[in-house]
Amino acid sequence: MASSTLFRVLRPLSPRAKLVIGILSFVLPVGVWSLVSYVPQIWHPQIMITDPGSVSYLDVGAHLARDAYEGEVADAKQQGRAPPKGVPANPVYLPSPGEVARAFYTSFTTPPETKDGQWLHQSLWHSIRIIFWGYVISSLIGVPLGILCGAYAALARVNEPFIEFFRYLPAPAFGALMVAILGIYDGPKIAIIVIGTFFQQVLIIANTTRKLDPALLEAALTLGTRSRQLLTRVVVPAILPDLYRDQRILLGWAWTYLIVAELIGTTSGITWFITQQARFQHFPNVYAAIAMIGIIGLGTDMLLAVLGRRLFPWDRSLAKFA
Amino acid sequence: MASAMNDIAIPGQLLPSYREQSPAVRARFERLKAREVILTVSGLHKNFDSEGKTTVALKDINFNTHRRELLCVVGPSGCGKSTLVRILAGLEEHSAGDVLLLGQPVTGPGSDRGMVFQGYTLFPWLTVKKNVMFGLEVNGHGKLESDREAMQWLQLIGLEKFADAYPHQLSGGMKQRVAIVRALANQPRILLMDEPFGALDAQTRCRMQAHLLEIWRKIDITIVFITHDLDEAIFLADRILVLSAHPGQIQELIEVPVPRPRSVAQIVSPEFLATKARLEQLIYSARHDPGEEDDYPIVARMTNVTDNVE
Repeated sequence: MASSTLFRVLRPLSPRAKLVIGILSFVLPVGVWSLVSYVPQIWHPQIMITDPGSVSYLDVGAHLARDAYEGEVADAKQQGRAPPKGVPANPVYLPSPGEVARAFYTSFTTPPETKDGQWLHQSLWHSIRIIFWGYVISSLIGVPLGILCGAYAALARVNEPFIEFFRYLPAPAFGALMVAILGIYDGPKIAIIVIGTFFQQVLIIANTTRKLDPALLEAALTLGTRSRQLLTRVVVPAILPDLYRDQRILLGWAWTYLIVAELIGTTSGITWFITQQARFQHFPNVYAAIAMIGIIGLGTDMLLAVLGRRLFPWDRSLAKFA
Repeated sequence: MASAMNDIAIPGQLLPSYREQSPAVRARFERLKAREVILTVSGLHKNFDSEGKTTVALKDINFNTHRRELLCVVGPSGCGKSTLVRILAGLEEHSAGDVLLLGQPVTGPGSDRGMVFQGYTLFPWLTVKKNVMFGLEVNGHGKLESDREAMQWLQLIGLEKFADAYPHQLSGGMKQRVAIVRALANQPRILLMDEPFGALDAQTRCRMQAHLLEIWRKIDITIVFITHDLDEAIFLADRILVLSAHPGQIQELIEVPVPRPRSVAQIVSPEFLATKARLEQLIYSARHDPGEEDDYPIVARMTNVTDNVE
């Protein structure tokens, strides 16, 4: 495709180009990863031993830095011993896409390694519950407060300076405090998600509310709407699609606090799974678990986007990016 | 009645005075003025305070409108005609003077005064029918009754097919037709229109003007119509209130001598041309203070001297 049709400022792409480029956005990074993993000439700074030869401290499968391996081979040859054999390899912390894909499947079929351990799907479900409650509690207060702050300057003035200050405080910093108040189980974890989401939520939704076209309010007033009806009759329905978009962004935000939240008190959920697997150096499982979070996040968002188009058939800004 | 001063000569034709009215037109104005006064504006002032400076937007505005009159307000940009209509709607407060609707002072927006804005202010989240129902519902009418009335209004303007469409699916002209009946559904005493056809293309605008006159003829409504289009003002109005800019003051209240019913063909009639000439004289010649529009420079030539386009 000619670059003249692909690179035009603020112009939409053709449906075909949109599909192809959209697929590329995943294919390209996986392609780079595959190159690094499967082409021995690229990177591969280590050697994986396939035959220890005469070197007593080497085992099959051990990883050795390339120059150390070459030193051992040279020594052995010089002394007339059997040299070790090996193949170029990447460090264990970078498994290949194939290994991760396999881990994706096996991590669900492998029983927990300890008796009190959890299956992966149980860990994931626990994490989703933490996110859900943190997000719901934050939204129950944050959405109405944001709308009120956007609608009434006095409320904005009394809330926003403090919220502006508070949102710079890193949510994880409240971890110890939350454990002291809420115990070591799910309470403090949910609280961290709430602290991480709530303050941004109020400010973002207040701003969205302020972007409402004042002409719509004036039109409603000249139709005889009383000022206390304005909020429910005009402000809320008018901003609803934008509010929905904000909530989608904020849900993503809540996910980013998940790992930190789950480290607080007793480690739980997907974070527990990840730290366990990393401890046993099962890095393919670690990558698979991280990818799962991404897939759940993206999947939810795409679902919500589709739902949004159903809910707000009149919204033009949604149609533009549909 | 005609004085030499008000005769305006254009090549090949001597126009009558815009004050000369045929007996039929004069009789119409007598009937109009005999009807009760709907809106009274007296001694209206509006000042804006910004950065410690006070700007006078409107100065000593006085006029009446009678029931079922169609009054147009014209004036150069910055004459405060939009401010005036917003004060009448109750969307802005005035600094001094009185605005009375049927003798009652206007204190804020209300359903007794409908308004149509230049921008399309239909509620995008409501269907066409629900837009029309909005005013009825907020004023306490039941859902069923509002629904029925809204459909009647949509039938009146021939848009009942679009009852369940959303505003974004309508053309600009259709949107404004819906906006007009949305305002009329409340049965206001007066309909305020702030350059309602300003964003429409020339053809649609022409059809909308005829459409508005048709609606106005058929229902009991008084209209105050703001425009900067002089042809539009003459075509629509019974009387035209001409404002001057900086500060906004009344220059003249012109009784349009063009007989009704109006048709597009009248645009070249002597009465129409005479009125237009008078409006142009008032609006374009009265520009003695250096406003922004006088500051256009002579552009330096950037082509060969022999390469002329005219």
